[in-house]
Amino acid sequence: MKNVFVYCEVTEEKRIAEVSLELLSKGRKLAETLGVKLEAVVLTDQAGDTLDTIQEFGVDVIHLAESKELFPYRTLPHFRVVHTIFEKEQPEIALFGATSVGRDLAPRIASALRCGLTADCTSLEIGDHVDNKTGKEYKNMLYQIRPAFGGNIIATIVNPETRPQMATVREGVMKLEKADKKKIAEIKNYKVEEILKPEDLVISIIERHIEPQKVNLKGAGIIVSGGYGVGSKENFKLLYDLAAVLGGEVAATRAAVDAGYAEHERQVGQTGVTVRPKLYIACGISGAVQHRAGMDQSAKIISINTDPNAPINAIADYAVTGDLMEVLPKMIAYYKKYSK
Amino acid sequence: MEKIKILVLAKQVPDTRNVGKDAMKDDGTVNRGALPAIYNPDDLNALEMALEAKDRLGNAEVYVLTMGPTRAAEIIRESIYRGADEGYLLTDRKFAGSDTLATSYAISQAVRKIDPDLIFCGLQAIDGDTAQVGPQTAEKVDFQQVTYVEKLVEISPNQITLKRRLERGVETVVAPIPALITVHGSANPCRARNVKRVMQYKHARTLTELKEENRENSELFKDRPYLKIEEWSVDTIQADDTHLGLSGSPTKVKTIDNVVLAQKENVVLTSSDADVEELMVDLLKSRVIG
Repeated sequence: MKNVFVYCEVTEEKRIAEVSLELLSKGRKLAETLGVKLEAVVLTDQAGDTLDTIQEFGVDVIHLAESKELFPYRTLPHFRVVHTIFEKEQPEIALFGATSVGRDLAPRIASALRCGLTADCTSLEIGDHVDNKTGKEYKNMLYQIRPAFGGNIIATIVNPETRPQMATVREGVMKLEKADKKKIAEIKNYKVEEILKPEDLVISIIERHIEPQKVNLKGAGIIVSGGYGVGSKENFKLLYDLAAVLGGEVAATRAAVDAGYAEHERQVGQTGVTVRPKLYIACGISGAVQHRAGMDQSAKIISINTDPNAPINAIADYAVTGDLMEVLPKMIAYYKKYSK
Repeated sequence: MEKIKILVLAKQVPDTRNVGKDAMKDDGTVNRGALPAIYNPDDLNALEMALEAKDRLGNAEVYVLTMGPTRAAEIIRESIYRGADEGYLLTDRKFAGSDTLATSYAISQAVRKIDPDLIFCGLQAIDGDTAQVGPQTAEKVDFQQVTYVEKLVEISPNQITLKRRLERGVETVVAPIPALITVHGSANPCRARNVKRVMQYKHARTLTELKEENRENSELFKDRPYLKIEEWSVDTIQADDTHLGLSGSPTKVKTIDNVVLAQKENVVLTSSDADVEELMVDLLKSRVIG
């Protein structure tokens, strides 16, 4: 009761998803602050050694449901099992990765439990809340913090009356940190066939084609990133050229992805990946708060923009005012000249 | 055979993708008035998929439901121009301040009144990007849900085959009808307006719009009843007030903070050869690159 729960997604390779491990890391801190337990929920066909990683994150209890109906993921079997666990355990907080699984499952659960759910949080904290109207005080609420629509605004959301307090978080936002001490979690097994109803199984998957991840932005030390200001998919080739020379990856803003300049998996920001490279080269990026949320912890930032007042310049270590079509080839040339 | 009823959930949103300079006020907050109101992009993909479903089934009708202020009737007209048969505007001050849970409650009440076999909506709306209202509505009306759908593969009156676009690949599923489908932005773009339909329906109005145009006494709806866009209120959908608006929303906005950027001390450079040379030498020296 009153504990912090993390729904742990199982990947194609039968591992716990990175985003879930990041949430376990954050969940442990929240649980410590609240003085409660950290509990993981794992639904899969056969756990095997999948659970070993979880043990390194200081989890107190693992709720394990194993059934062939639970892998690959389908909405209603997972919904039924997680809903059953939550009804029984009454979590204080429940965290989900903001993936195609978490964003499918969490809202359905929130609707069934009639509780609040905040999407794509960029920070989670514990704090008190006073209702302005009633003056009622609420202790130890989950602050769900996220950039709000369209500009330089950060909203802090609370769910005073409903439980669990639910939130989704994108991959890379929370730092992955194992617990200092290894803890052996208690494992609670569930009889899935007694939980599922026949109508939960009516959707069938007839074909799946899942590819290994191609772009690894989180692991890249150098990122060359382009915004809408790059102007076209063709112009993006210059970014690839620079990234190849420097040994980095190419990323993009939401606007550039929406315009078709780059693939979605390259998107950095609140609704994309959060990165912390040693060098982030922002090309033609104005610097909306949603984008900055995904890259402002980079060790060094270079901004290349024709607008000397672009907001991104405020967080840049080097602000180059100029046309990237001119600057990038020069960067490549001088790198080649001096790097030997 | 009874007609298959297909419902599209569509939303009018501020165009956050084209936030120009005038969209920001001097204090750094958003000037909502400066953002044009548009048809939520994913919802247009959903409308197209609904129309494709109708084309393939033959014996079907496409309805559009939108929730918003009076001007959101534009969404209904736009949908009808592109091929939808009919639309409903869910509008009431009591909806103001609803979060996704309260919104999905209101929509689910309207859905019960329409009683569709299939519901299509966009994966997410660009003003919040939550992707929550679709699945929440599905739960409330007890429909199966299929999210992230990119392609309508096959449809019959009893079941629908859909291709989903996931982070690292695709998946094809067969779902029984009824079902709610959320459509990914990579699905087919919506067909253009049909010129004949534009001519036929350009005068379609809600009663409130007619009043605003001081034409409430016109004979428009009497002569051409198909031009009336229905407005539904909390009472029409028999919704419980306590589940709506701010009071019906479990999430509360505690604070809104303007982000003030502390100006970092930075090196300002131009695109000149000398400046770029200095930059690259700096980076190499400090071993950030190389």
